[in-house]
Amino acid sequence: MKYLLMIYGNDEVFSSFAPEVFEALVRDTNALQAELRESGEWLAAYGVADQVMAKTVTVKGGDTVVTDGPYIEAKEYLGSFDIIDVDSLERALEIAARVPWAKYGEVEVRPLMAEAGDDM
Amino acid sequence: MTAAGPERVEDLLRELAPRVLGALVRRYGHFDACEDAVQEALLAAASQWTSTALPDRPKAWLVTVASRRLTDELRRDEARRRREDAFATATAPEVPDHEDTLTLLFLCTHPSLSLPSQIALTLRAVGGLTTAEIARAFFVPEATMAQRISRAKQTIKVSGASFDRPPDIERSNRLGAVLHVLYLIFNEGYIASSGESLQRVELADEAIRLARLVRALLPDDGEVAGLLALMLLTDARRAARTGSGGELIPLAEQDRSRWNRGRIGEGVALVSDALQHTALGPYQLQAAIAAVHDEAATADDTDWHEIVGLYQLLELMAPNPMVTLNHAVAVAMVNGPDAGLVLLRPLDDDPRMRTHHRLFAVRAHLLEMAGHDADAVTAYKDAARRTTSVQEKRYLDARASRLLSNRAFNSLAP
Repeated sequence: MKYLLMIYGNDEVFSSFAPEVFEALVRDTNALQAELRESGEWLAAYGVADQVMAKTVTVKGGDTVVTDGPYIEAKEYLGSFDIIDVDSLERALEIAARVPWAKYGEVEVRPLMAEAGDDM
Repeated sequence: MTAAGPERVEDLLRELAPRVLGALVRRYGHFDACEDAVQEALLAAASQWTSTALPDRPKAWLVTVASRRLTDELRRDEARRRREDAFATATAPEVPDHEDTLTLLFLCTHPSLSLPSQIALTLRAVGGLTTAEIARAFFVPEATMAQRISRAKQTIKVSGASFDRPPDIERSNRLGAVLHVLYLIFNEGYIASSGESLQRVELADEAIRLARLVRALLPDDGEVAGLLALMLLTDARRAARTGSGGELIPLAEQDRSRWNRGRIGEGVALVSDALQHTALGPYQLQAAIAAVHDEAATADDTDWHEIVGLYQLLELMAPNPMVTLNHAVAVAMVNGPDAGLVLLRPLDDDPRMRTHHRLFAVRAHLLEMAGHDADAVTAYKDAARRTTSVQEKRYLDARASRLLSNRAFNSLAP
């Protein structure tokens, strides 16, 4: 089963970190990713650029319209994500709990859809 | 000697792969290093045999080439670490191939490995598939699959599992693990097989091939026969289970003329023979249920009484919530939807099933049968929101909207 782990950032918490806390966070995050690569459960991981870099695209009447944003008012925003392929939901939750950021913020776990379907 | 076609070579290599690996591991130990060496030998053979010619003794050719790679590798290793036991087992007695293949299957499904690792390792070490093929089949990057396989081999090494037959007392559990892995490989292939996945190694075919192999090794085992029969009887419906747009077609609406009669005949014969001559088991029962469906000329001809009886036995032998769900459907077909709905009730107390899409889907279906359209629509939508299959979601949403438009139409009627 493939899962998306969405890691929500929070600038207020983030900017309050002492340098050594920040370093530990980066180190632990890299260590977890290395471990998942090694176990063959890791598919992808990316940090997402800041909201000021966001653009929104729509096509109206054949014309492409690009706007800046959205800038969502919420304090929490998507900071990074991992895609993993694991044995069970339990394993996905276990990995989510080991994301170092989970001690400070939230990690949302969502199954990814597959094309295949079970028999009716 | 003439060069052989690539397909012929591939079939031959896949057939020889576990036998060559078994011979090597028996002779040298070092399952992980042997497995790498055999993969290299298979790749070398795939290119050489198609461009020049098949050797007179293909298996001996592969054993020689793989042994050479292995000893090179082990010597490098030895120079590094001065391992003196590398060739300690080099004079192991000759053992028939089939014993080795079985031992290999037990090793690949060793309890220290996670299920995804067991599946990957079985396909590579016994199935002779390349890492790239396995990665494609499971829609993961090749690097991920390579890591999964190498980690699995490492785990086996660390666990100290040896290349020996498991003791008789463990054997039936360990065989159960082998069959479970083959069942999962089949399912993965079967549910994903639609017109668009031509690129994919046919995992369902591969699972059937491996089940045939195990059957040849253990011809008297009723559950091996049962599993092979279940695969054949299910696979017989493959062409009819999806429409031209890849949409799922439920059993009752499938065009039965597109079912594969050869597969059905073979499956029915296998399961009938197993039921008569061996101890009863869950795979045989599931195969028997599939056989009842496959032998019905039309959906209306299905012998639901027989199916209910088989599910009752299955619930006794191997109770699980999915069996209960299917049992409820069968009971509904015999005694009406309300009787089926009653059977679903206990599943509401099961924390895993309570929110499972299959429970909502079956309940929706029974509610629709009972004429409770509004509740059925809600249940279909609940199911559609919870499935992680695109095709299934489409199907469930379509059922919901069909019911809704029927209701709108009926409310217009005088």
